[in-house]
Amino acid sequence: MAWNRDEQAARAARELQDGFYVNLGIGMPTLVANHIAPGIDITLQSENGMLGMGPFPYEDEIDADLINAGKQTITELRRSSYFNSADSFAMVRGGHIDLSILGAMEVAENGDLANWMIPGKMVKGMGGAMDLVAGVKRIIVLMEHNSKSGEAKFKTECTLPLTGKGVVDMVISDLAVLARPAKGEGFRLVELAPGVTLDELRAKTEGGFAA
Amino acid sequence: MPNKLYPDAATALAGVVFDGMTIMSGGFGLCGIPEKLIAALKDTGTKDITAISNNAGVDGFGLGILLGTRQISKMIASYVGENKEFERQYLARELELEFNPQGTLAERIRAGGAGIPGFYTKTGVGTLVAEGKEHKDFGGETYIMETGLVADVALVKAWKADPYGNLVYRKTARNFNPMMATAGKVTIAEVEELVEAGSLDPDHIHTPGIYVQRLIVGQDYEKRIEQRTVRVRESV
Repeated sequence: MAWNRDEQAARAARELQDGFYVNLGIGMPTLVANHIAPGIDITLQSENGMLGMGPFPYEDEIDADLINAGKQTITELRRSSYFNSADSFAMVRGGHIDLSILGAMEVAENGDLANWMIPGKMVKGMGGAMDLVAGVKRIIVLMEHNSKSGEAKFKTECTLPLTGKGVVDMVISDLAVLARPAKGEGFRLVELAPGVTLDELRAKTEGGFAA
Repeated sequence: MPNKLYPDAATALAGVVFDGMTIMSGGFGLCGIPEKLIAALKDTGTKDITAISNNAGVDGFGLGILLGTRQISKMIASYVGENKEFERQYLARELELEFNPQGTLAERIRAGGAGIPGFYTKTGVGTLVAEGKEHKDFGGETYIMETGLVADVALVKAWKADPYGNLVYRKTARNFNPMMATAGKVTIAEVEELVEAGSLDPDHIHTPGIYVQRLIVGQDYEKRIEQRTVRVRESV
């Protein structure tokens, strides 16, 4: 019995610390905002130019001038501030953001991340992902442990074009949490999802990790 | 003071557009895009445009309009996932595309506008983005050199302007517009409201008028929303 998407997001939310400035990627990472523990105060950064991102608006509050990086309508909070894209990425690239939680197509055992293109097939672009992984203090990846075709996504080496080299600190999949104490070190098993055995995890994982 | 105010988007573009030109176009997704100037640029029939913009609009709106008419031959962007016609033209090699990381794109434009020809960044090191670029180590870390960007014409969208071209943006519609305003040889701003000189607080102006050569007031903004996400109000 692996974790579902919400349980994965809840597990990721346990990595948030009081006072953190956090950037959440598009897709599963946005669910993390629903699981912030009481007493933990987090300010969410949206790289299109906002700090202090609020929840989705009520129907009568929708404002076309107020969206997040996923182009979804959102609201502001009492703490919110707006800024231009260069200032936004100065926060990102200058190391001012504490944590970013992103999705991935592949993560390698050395921390390489691929999540922006499939040659010949998908050309959407990297958006802010390369800046985030290069500049944010800590990078957590939320992903399915295996692709729809069953292939391991935590690999010995990425096969897709990289988003960043050696940048991932922690992987939270539906089967397990893998993390490394510092960039440049190897990944270790931190936690198995309920009902998942180490043997099952090893069978479904290509990349190396210490148990 | 020379008059910066033009009667409409078509007259504001007159005399500054030409085939093979480079434009910058503000906005993030469809938020804060110069929708009137893009529509007018289509009508000029200008061809072989290099367009610098974070995104490529959607089919039939924003820069998607100029892709549909094949007026754009090259795009510099960070994310084009919302535009099917773009993807089709690119995969069919009808369109040249240069992907820039979003922060690199923003900084290249900021640098271009500030007269800075290049800078170093960690973003993209070890990826396709770094290929062919100068690498240099600072303090034991590797960086790549990126160059500043300028455009023949920058098209920006703001909320309010005064007759001097001082601009104020609204919420997340600001995004790339302020940097692009600095990086156009000619910058044309379209705004929702023109206010009297002196009525904008000088402390609250986002783009000082020196960067804005031409100004128009747009009517009936469509402001299309890409992802209309809402929550439901619980009944009391």
